[in-house]
Amino acid sequence: MKANPKDVLTGTYYIDGDVACGYGALAAGCKFVAGYPITPSTEAFEAMCRRGPQVGAVFIQMEDELGSMAAVIGAAWSGVKSMTITSGPGYSLMQENIGFGAMVETPFVLLNIQRGGPSTGVPTKTGQADMMQSRWGSHGDYEIIAIAPESPQEMFDYAIKAFNLAEKYRCPVMIMSDECVGHMTEKVVIPEADKIEVEPRRLFKGPAAEYAPYKPDPDLVPKMAKAGDGLKLYITGLVHDERGYPVKNEDYKAAYVRRLIDKIKRNKDKIIEIREEAVDDADVVVVSYGISSRVAIKGVEIARENGIKVGTLRLVTVWPFPDERITELARKVKAFVVPEINYGQIVFDVARCSHGHANVVLVPHGGAGVHNPNDIADAIEYAAKEKKKIQGVVEHKTRLEKLVFEGGYKLKE
Amino acid sequence: MAEQKTTTGVVKPEIPEADVIHPMENLLRMDRMPHIWCSSCGIGIAVTAFTAALEKAKMDPNMVSIVSGIGCTGRVAGYVKLDSFHTTHGRPIAFGTGIRVANPNIKVVVFSGDGDLIAIGGNHFIHAARRNIDMLVVCVNNFIYAMTGGQVAPTTPLAAYATTSPYGCVEPPFNIPYLAESSGAVYVARWTALHVRRLTNSLAEALQKKGFSVVEVISPCAMYYSRINRLGDGLDMMRFYHDNVEIRHGEDTKNLDIGFQTKIICGKFVDRERPTYMERYSQWLTEVKGAKK
Repeated sequence: MKANPKDVLTGTYYIDGDVACGYGALAAGCKFVAGYPITPSTEAFEAMCRRGPQVGAVFIQMEDELGSMAAVIGAAWSGVKSMTITSGPGYSLMQENIGFGAMVETPFVLLNIQRGGPSTGVPTKTGQADMMQSRWGSHGDYEIIAIAPESPQEMFDYAIKAFNLAEKYRCPVMIMSDECVGHMTEKVVIPEADKIEVEPRRLFKGPAAEYAPYKPDPDLVPKMAKAGDGLKLYITGLVHDERGYPVKNEDYKAAYVRRLIDKIKRNKDKIIEIREEAVDDADVVVVSYGISSRVAIKGVEIARENGIKVGTLRLVTVWPFPDERITELARKVKAFVVPEINYGQIVFDVARCSHGHANVVLVPHGGAGVHNPNDIADAIEYAAKEKKKIQGVVEHKTRLEKLVFEGGYKLKE
Repeated sequence: MAEQKTTTGVVKPEIPEADVIHPMENLLRMDRMPHIWCSSCGIGIAVTAFTAALEKAKMDPNMVSIVSGIGCTGRVAGYVKLDSFHTTHGRPIAFGTGIRVANPNIKVVVFSGDGDLIAIGGNHFIHAARRNIDMLVVCVNNFIYAMTGGQVAPTTPLAAYATTSPYGCVEPPFNIPYLAESSGAVYVARWTALHVRRLTNSLAEALQKKGFSVVEVISPCAMYYSRINRLGDGLDMMRFYHDNVEIRHGEDTKNLDIGFQTKIICGKFVDRERPTYMERYSQWLTEVKGAKK
């Protein structure tokens, strides 16, 4: 299905990532936004509020993030594409209903403009420390899809993709962006509506008596429905059978939760998007995502000038994780270098998939800023020269980290 | 037709089983019976009153969504044959706001308990009332957290016992009608599980009302509240309501506090008009869009 021309602001713009994401969501057919203002994500919500009336989208500023997430799921069940926008502290509050959304298989999109944490942290500056929260944040077993755009153009493009994936797999999709990408202003080209592919809702069409909200199609994804169609839906966060009726026994629990996980895992190849460059004859591969992948470009350049064979692998979708591809590369390369704006999150998944074949080097960053490309270059150089196989993750001491340690965890002003 | 003697000695004609149809069968999920509520619980009475009210108000069952949170009353959505949503703890009003705002043709009924709506969901309650979201909120108040085994609630009367207030409750309880009115609700009533007909009429009236309507249903909890407080069984609680309820329509909601085993004032307290959220929204939208042309 093509996008509705009314929803698409075709043209070339100079806008920031937040706004681009808002325009992308509306182009994808998003008709309901509930949110609670939080720095640094407000521009996206504001942009959507301004554009909303022109495209027939409803937006409501809820009393908190708990309510926002609940309203987004409610709106999805009344038949519209819906989303919410937040950052760290708000993301924590949303976790309860993210789990509910995953449990009752509701398609919705969540934009998280990550900022420096923990807690209030540095609200106006960047971070990438919610990546594991996006995967494991709510209680219980479930799978979600997470995307990490690296530019305003991608914020537009992947907002559309996020909605498409949510509809296709009936699950929450997280756009795990960060303050840098959100507040970065660049050229964004919005194509014509007929160039934008939009996934329609997978609605059940047939006699009401035959509908079961959780009866899966062969790809393990059930058909969606909406309130007001006379289907007498029963939607509960309790473990339920195909009709939606609660069940407590072990078999049902296993079958249901297993399907929730497998509907993503088995469709992994269709979901995962990674970008590789010069990995074939590389000694070292830099694995990165979001803003860090843009900073890494410079680091890779410096390392190449010094004669090191470096390839790059960018995780466009971070979850589900490309396990097989990392394992395959681990057998060929000496080491992986993972720069991320946290003290180690995605790097542990790289290490898990490397199975000890390649060394894994983390280039950490505490947040409120991005890496110094020289640190990434140094880490690459170290990784290329290291002859020993090292168990676990090696933490590269960056210039900033050295300062921290030399100062006894106290920095001079 | 064969005759049968019942326990009361009344002779009744035997009806073939296939012909036995529950009068509310079209509005209840009979395949989910028996329900989980204890005998002499008031929630079932509230559900019966609600289904009767749906018929009385001539609501199209296809266009009514029922949303519950968590707790004993949280299970109501799952027994009523409407579009049923059993959501997360405290969030049914926010969830219902999403349904209603995204599709204004759907009538939303939030059916939940005092803990769900007034404690963990208190913020959503006052804000939905302030916005005047078009929904009916049925708040079953049994003065205690029953699903989890009898802990103190935001409605537990002063000095009443609960498992987490073993020396008597020291917190003053919420006066729900007062909270609802001051937050902006357009219709506020309170009944007990004993006042079935009045409750039914009230729910029917509230269903037809435009805006945020709140009906509080005082319900006996023989298993936890009355047991720990030595108040007898369900029948004793009903007797207590019979002897201690005073019906005062239009009473100032300030005077509706409930103490431990004190008089309970019931009735319809608020019935007023305020533009609903969707009315304001669409009016505003027309103006904005009109101005753009």
